[in-house]
Amino acid sequence: MSRSPHAAPTAQGGPTLRRGGTGSRLTGLLLLAAVVVALPLLFPKNYFVTVVGVAVGFHAILAVALNLLIGYAGQISLGHAAFFGLGAYTSAILTTRYDWSPLLAMLAGLAGVLVVASLISRPILRLKGHYLAMATLGFGIIVHIVMVQAVVLTGGPDGLSGVPGLSLLGWGLKTDLHWYWVVAGVVLAVVWLSLNIVDSRTGRALRAVHGSEFAAEMMGIDTTRTKAQVFVLSALISAFAGSLFAHQQGFVSPDSFSFFVSIELVTMVVLGGMASTYGAVFGAVALTLLKAGLVVFHDYEMVILGAILMIVMIFLPQGLFVGLARGLRLALPRRRERPATSGDRIA
Amino acid sequence: MTGLLEVAGLAKSFGGVAALADVHFRVPGGVVYAVIGPNGAGKTTLFNTLCGFYAPDEGSVHFQGERLTGLAPHVVAARGISRTFQNLQVFFNMTVLENVMVGCHLRSRTGLAAAALRLPSVRREERQVREWAWEALAFCGLDHLHDRPASALPYGVLKRVEVARALASRPKLLLMDEPAAGLNDTETGEMRGLIRRICDSGVAVLLVEHNMELVMQVSDRVLVLEYGSVLAEGTPAQIQSDRRVIDAYLGGKVQYAVD
Repeated sequence: MSRSPHAAPTAQGGPTLRRGGTGSRLTGLLLLAAVVVALPLLFPKNYFVTVVGVAVGFHAILAVALNLLIGYAGQISLGHAAFFGLGAYTSAILTTRYDWSPLLAMLAGLAGVLVVASLISRPILRLKGHYLAMATLGFGIIVHIVMVQAVVLTGGPDGLSGVPGLSLLGWGLKTDLHWYWVVAGVVLAVVWLSLNIVDSRTGRALRAVHGSEFAAEMMGIDTTRTKAQVFVLSALISAFAGSLFAHQQGFVSPDSFSFFVSIELVTMVVLGGMASTYGAVFGAVALTLLKAGLVVFHDYEMVILGAILMIVMIFLPQGLFVGLARGLRLALPRRRERPATSGDRIA
Repeated sequence: MTGLLEVAGLAKSFGGVAALADVHFRVPGGVVYAVIGPNGAGKTTLFNTLCGFYAPDEGSVHFQGERLTGLAPHVVAARGISRTFQNLQVFFNMTVLENVMVGCHLRSRTGLAAAALRLPSVRREERQVREWAWEALAFCGLDHLHDRPASALPYGVLKRVEVARALASRPKLLLMDEPAAGLNDTETGEMRGLIRRICDSGVAVLLVEHNMELVMQVSDRVLVLEYGSVLAEGTPAQIQSDRRVIDAYLGGKVQYAVD
């Protein structure tokens, strides 16, 4: 936090990136960890913590993964629920029908998604904008149709029940609270990975692709490969979340992985603020809580949700988290910018 | 002597219109080499072909004796060619420093997995990249703007950000596509100084520019293109006194009838 205002540029490499350097980046993560740990300790029996909290966690993992693709690399995907579903169904099918151990099934799910995502990434990412959106949408729908139609394997619209729980090193995950800790741990890990990637050579390459593919190529970035890499990574994280989800729920059905889920995930990314890892987490929290809270309005739930989203997008188009953070920064005394001109002389 | 860049018989047409036809030239190391010509003469097509964005219909490009024709732009870049763009291609979603750090892509190695886990080697490389970027920024007189978002800076500054970004890749040849377009007199003067310093630092410059004063002051050699073909080649003095060039471009009695 005590970054000196680039008095000696060459010595330190100067201070840093948009949202602060290593110090402030990890501060955010620690803050998030503190909240995540404090909640169940303060409210161990609260439904919103142990049940909705787990749902929030899954959404956060998915949103952070999707944000790497949409927010940073600028490549839209309207079919990400498919990867979530592929992970979940692989785990469910292999454990219930073939008696595989959950961990092996999970690895198989990851391997399967690695293959599928790698195969489709190159041709699909050749497309841009609306065309890419349509192609990913199509992929999501195809996967969903297979889930519904391949009854022998997937159980069709009814899904598969009796998916065994998980146990880690002999510890069975039995209660909601157990699952809360596991999912929270994964959320923090994924946030950490995402922050690391964004603030690295690869992350800059991703953002460069977003900024100008033309210039990115000329700076020596293999844009095709870079896009494919982040697509596959994003798919793998989603598949991992899917496997966990199957074991946590004990049940999978096509509804959890439909087109609407993909759209919800995109909404979370946009709602929180594109190209912000914390924004994606924030978007996941906000949308999931909102939906859980709006349940009391029954039939009007979607209407109210839609209205809120419209209002946010009109007044805070850069997203809730990013917009509010920027507003806060503007409201605070501007200390950061000054030394940029005077620092050299003073030091 | 062999040139740094050798272009032979280069041809490229779009739907029957020849943008480049049988273009030959040779850029020796350590010079500023300008390409001039009326709008539509094929200058930008030439740049895009050299960089690998277009595949030529005929002809070849050799750089340091190696064939470049048919390579993807990022591979061309890895061979030691970088460029700036006529229409700004700045990464507006980043700060000035980050833009230039992208320029260091080819000089660093970290892959996705190592980056995700933030291995110690990654931290070391990040420090190194930051230093390189600072050097390039300082070279272009931009270090005081390092933390500004690119989207908040004026056009003239962004032109130099592109130069810094290209230099950060430590190229052997820098292609500059109209670096002075849209700049005022002061900025143009700064750009002239910068081009000279780039050349003095050992990086050859291939320059496309419409500002003839700048071209004649800064260049060691000049190539004139017209309708995709080479009209003349020589030192600025030779070009300025070449009758055909004066008629076609520099301004004599003939003006462009079309366009």
